[in-house]
Amino acid sequence: MASEQLEEYLEAIYDIGERDGTAKTSSIAKCLNVAPASVTEALRNLSEKGYVNYEPYRGATLTGLGKEMAVRIKRRHRLLEVFLRDVLKIEDDHVHDEACRMEHTLSDETECALCKMLKAPSRCPHGSLIQPCNREVDDCTGCFTGEQEPSEMRDEPLVSVSDLMEGQGGRIAFIRGDKKVVQRLSDLGLTVKTAISLVRKAPLEGPVEIAVRRTKLAIDRAIADNIFVSQAAEKA
Amino acid sequence: MPGQEKHRRRHGWRDLDTAGTSCIPVDFTAVLAGNANVGKSVTVNQLTGLDLATGNWPGKTVECAGGILLHNGYRIRIIDLPGIYSFSTYSAEETISREYILNNRPDVVVNIVDASALERNLFFTLQLAELNVPLIVVVNQIDLAAEKGIFIDTEKLAGMLGVPVIPTIAIHGKGISALSDAIVATAQNRTLPRLIPYGKEVESRIGDLAGILEKDPATGPPRWTAIRLLERDPDLTRKVAVRMPEAAAAASRCAMELEKLHGEPAGIVMSAERYHAAERIARSVMEIRPVTTGDISVSDRIDRLALHPVAGYALIILTIGGLLIWTFVIGAGISEYLTTLLSSVAPTSPFVAGSFAEILISGAWTGLVAALTLIIPYVLPFYFFLSAIEDSGYLTRISMMLDRGMHRLGLHGKAIIPLILGFGCTVPACLSCRILESGKQKLLAAFLVSLIPCSARTIVILSLVASFVNIWWALALYAFDVLLVIVLGRIAFKAIPGESVGLIMEMPEYHFPSGTTVLAQTWSRTKSLIWIVLPAYVIGGIAISGAYSAGLLDPINAALSPITVTLLGLPAVTGVVFVFGIVRKEITILTLASLFGTTVFSSVLSPVQLIVFALVAMLYTPCISTIFTLLKELGWRKAAAITATETALAVTIGAVASRLLSLIL
Repeated sequence: MASEQLEEYLEAIYDIGERDGTAKTSSIAKCLNVAPASVTEALRNLSEKGYVNYEPYRGATLTGLGKEMAVRIKRRHRLLEVFLRDVLKIEDDHVHDEACRMEHTLSDETECALCKMLKAPSRCPHGSLIQPCNREVDDCTGCFTGEQEPSEMRDEPLVSVSDLMEGQGGRIAFIRGDKKVVQRLSDLGLTVKTAISLVRKAPLEGPVEIAVRRTKLAIDRAIADNIFVSQAAEKA
Repeated sequence: MPGQEKHRRRHGWRDLDTAGTSCIPVDFTAVLAGNANVGKSVTVNQLTGLDLATGNWPGKTVECAGGILLHNGYRIRIIDLPGIYSFSTYSAEETISREYILNNRPDVVVNIVDASALERNLFFTLQLAELNVPLIVVVNQIDLAAEKGIFIDTEKLAGMLGVPVIPTIAIHGKGISALSDAIVATAQNRTLPRLIPYGKEVESRIGDLAGILEKDPATGPPRWTAIRLLERDPDLTRKVAVRMPEAAAAASRCAMELEKLHGEPAGIVMSAERYHAAERIARSVMEIRPVTTGDISVSDRIDRLALHPVAGYALIILTIGGLLIWTFVIGAGISEYLTTLLSSVAPTSPFVAGSFAEILISGAWTGLVAALTLIIPYVLPFYFFLSAIEDSGYLTRISMMLDRGMHRLGLHGKAIIPLILGFGCTVPACLSCRILESGKQKLLAAFLVSLIPCSARTIVILSLVASFVNIWWALALYAFDVLLVIVLGRIAFKAIPGESVGLIMEMPEYHFPSGTTVLAQTWSRTKSLIWIVLPAYVIGGIAISGAYSAGLLDPINAALSPITVTLLGLPAVTGVVFVFGIVRKEITILTLASLFGTTVFSSVLSPVQLIVFALVAMLYTPCISTIFTLLKELGWRKAAAITATETALAVTIGAVASRLLSLIL
């Protein structure tokens, strides 16, 4: 199985999984525009490689490894979309297909440079959240000032505060964006390693209300998008 | 030395910029500082008495603007700084508060903290301690904290911080006399806070820098300046670089080392250090006991409704609509009664024959009556109910619900407060634009606020259009205005350079509005209006009467007729009416009545003319009080730009409306 094809499958399963929980063979077939029979075969193949949990007749879910890979491709895809629209001024209708073709060949280095040039965007042109990179840093300063030494890789998945469910929480692990926002948030007590939880989301993509240090704050969704928590400690 | 201190203080050496001549001499000055929503205003009111409470903004006159506390034979000026969370970010409120404390060196800084959120509040306390000023910490709302199971050992806290710590329940006046004692004692013995050390690597660099800075006292308190330089405060770095380039260079080097060490900007490293210290202190003085009462708080239950996608918006419409309708229903009644009452004292019509002096006196009286019949019946009740809504905590929910919509205007949810205030009177609404963080947002909000139909403009619409055309056209005008605010907001958002900052707002728990707070807030807003509006009305009234008696009216009418007659299709006499309207919008009604000799406007103006007149009166130049306020808040360029834009807009829209409406009416 070619790596490009493999990545396309993982992306499709990730997208459908986000929506429905389990990705059914028929849904995957429809999404990738291939015959259901080839999907079944591909899923077996992916399952052998340890990327998906496949149950015949029920569908597939991503394994930890598969999810990690899918998230990385998604990040590249969305970064490319922003680049195509904002820098190259490609029409909105075309950016998705273009990005689909480019995403598989992007190196880590180019991905990083792209993110830096676009000033670490938070959402793609279609409004989906862009995952942070997996370098073990607290914020984007190192990248922006160009003093970033190669850092270690983060092994725990990060969740944006905007994506938390009501009542869920975690410890702040990474704040994306420019220094001013990070400073404003740290002054209000949102420093790295602080425990926070989501109280409520306002309707219509409005602000989110979070609880931090015994107070409650309403925060613009666009700012919340850039606050990432690690839920590892909560689960333990 | 202490004698000399005292001597200098008595003679107002403190700061030439702010030492006004009208200041009442005082023995000490105390400044109240703290986060928003911690009960700062209530404390000020408790200390100084309700009628002396001031708007919480330190402007140029701040030195004289505070209330006075008389305690044990001492006179102490109490100054209320705006509610802020930190000194390190760059909002105007933070900068002004910081500069105020640094330049004026008050005798005592009283830091009010919320007992329920000690950790977050202590962050700011630590910044105040860095300033090395005599400090008192007030732990307020200990009753609310106790309800949540939080108990604070204030003696232990006092020991750790090295300053007096006073527990209070300001709203019930508990702890206020202890606070008054502490203010007097601290002002006399000038207890400085204990140095609260941060992490080793930070502290060693602060020490090195402070050592260098000590040589030049003009750079400010050494420890504080050292920390600010480490945080790369741009203004201070520039200042120090001029006086002591070696200190600035050392600071930059230290900051760089810290950044290398932590992989974060030094400012954020410092914030984290302060929070670390705040956490440590809070943990050791706080005792948490399990709470026995129900788990889901009342606040949570109300929020389920208030932030519901459907019910939430319905509630907002009901609240704001109800507020407006209620105000104008009771307002109309009181206004009528008041006008009759004042008319019995002296005639309130602006036109009199007689000596020049008589005309001027009549003008002044008209202005006074006009101001009173606007402020008392409409603005006061409006602000009273709005303050009650605000104090209950509901206004923050409205902000949260409407944040997304405000984005389209380049604003965020907090801007809803000036916009709603604008329905009462534009002046306090413009003043309240200060709560917005960026300069661009402040300008945008002030521009839009000046277009919101205030109570004066509502009166014009009601008494011309609703009475003599029909209520639907009046409502249509209102709706058109709101639409215009949205459209112009969109355009201005794109046209004005600068950045828009996203919403970050504290969400207080709901509570039953407190009478004192509501009255104080109502008074504070109305007072700003009395200081600006009342003189403007009286002076304006005199000017108009003077112009009339000097025979300037006909030339004015003639000069304006290309606009009034040709463009707007109105009678030439309306030229003067519009000029009068600059003083206050609804004086136009009175002037129209005098000029036409009738109050049945439908007999002298066609429905189209009535609507066009009301439309232009609603939109053209902000009233003189608003122009003054804009001038003060934004500078003359921006004030002039807003005035010119709105006048041009009103004439254009009026001209178009006059032609279009003639086709259908």
